[in-house]
Amino acid sequence: MKSHVWRPLFVVLAIVALVFAARKVLVPSDFGVGERGYMYGWHRPSNEQQWKDVKVKYRTAQHCKECHKDKYDEIKSSPHGNINCENCHGPGLGHPEDPKALDIDRSRELCTRCHLKLKYHGSGREKIRGIDPARHNPGLECVTCHWPHDPRKEGHNK
Amino acid sequence: MISRRSFCKKSLLIAGGLAIPFSALELFDPKRLLAEKDQKGARWVFLVDTEKCVGCGFCVQGCKIENEIPYDANVTRTWVERYVVTKDGKTHIDSPKGARDGFKTTEIDIGEGKFEPIRDDDIEKAFFVPKLCNQCDNPPCVQVCPVGATYQTADGVVLVDRQWCIGCGYCIMGCPYGVRFFHPVHHVAEKCNFCYHRITKGMQTACIDACAFGARRIGNLRDPEDPVTKIIMTERVNVLKEEYGTKPQVFYVGFSKEVK
Repeated sequence: MKSHVWRPLFVVLAIVALVFAARKVLVPSDFGVGERGYMYGWHRPSNEQQWKDVKVKYRTAQHCKECHKDKYDEIKSSPHGNINCENCHGPGLGHPEDPKALDIDRSRELCTRCHLKLKYHGSGREKIRGIDPARHNPGLECVTCHWPHDPRKEGHNK
Repeated sequence: MISRRSFCKKSLLIAGGLAIPFSALELFDPKRLLAEKDQKGARWVFLVDTEKCVGCGFCVQGCKIENEIPYDANVTRTWVERYVVTKDGKTHIDSPKGARDGFKTTEIDIGEGKFEPIRDDDIEKAFFVPKLCNQCDNPPCVQVCPVGATYQTADGVVLVDRQWCIGCGYCIMGCPYGVRFFHPVHHVAEKCNFCYHRITKGMQTACIDACAFGARRIGNLRDPEDPVTKIIMTERVNVLKEEYGTKPQVFYVGFSKEVK
């Protein structure tokens, strides 16, 4: 057969070879089918480790307790015992190395997350003692009168 | 010249012969049978108690900071919806900023900066529903990914490979629960992954640690002694949009028909 018949075939073969070569270079070597099979498992397994390596920012109340046992015991034995330190004090990452890393939220808006009165029959919100922020001492920080670590006590300095 | 009889016989033989190796491989792969028999490790599932949720939004705040989702961008991996059913039969639903700052008013956010006031006396019932990725057993978001950038791990969590995602957005369209979005900084698909970096270290997710009311819990479905597994198996729980066949693995206690 004449060469002009074969020539397009060579071109096609060259393109196929190029695609395979590019694939070899571009696709990570560990890319393949994982435990979840062909439909849900195609991935680069090293990515799982990358997600596991994400830094933990909220270090939990157990971490705070190591140094601030007095504060921990006070809040945990109060009606606010269900609230964790980092909800108001900010994530513990970088503390105590950098004391400024903690960003304490003392705003009224923080307290009204739970204590804005919502008469919602059917949710736990109904049972929480609530206020109308527009009428209950507007402009004043809640901690002026209420001690957040133990709401039974009064004032910011107990 | 081949006779009709022998043509039929031979073609059946060839077709059958071709089919055998495939079916044999599928039926008698000992490795796969063994793997399915004793599955080790966890299968993470989530339990949300909507009766306990008070809509404070600490879970949303904790999630956004823990997982570095830009705080002021209106995207979030988890959010809390408020459902207010009034006596005229209407259901009012809102979730301002995903309830990152909780719910600041009794008025319902109806978008474009407008609010709809609701009188306390008109409320028939009202409640809060936290939402997050369902880590489905049949994740449609994974199926539609054209490059294998999103996948399910052996413990059931659906992850996104940020280096491999091309940002086509098919998965965002494919998720019936709307839990996926584009990450404003990395410009790739983003979703809740049950705080994979925390649960694999034996910690709780950031939203669970932030929740003061025990409305959120995580468990291992392969461990029959797990308290969350026991609740899912023995108590009345429900899932979102079961009719889609996605087999969602976030279970809800105290569901109401208004929840979508």
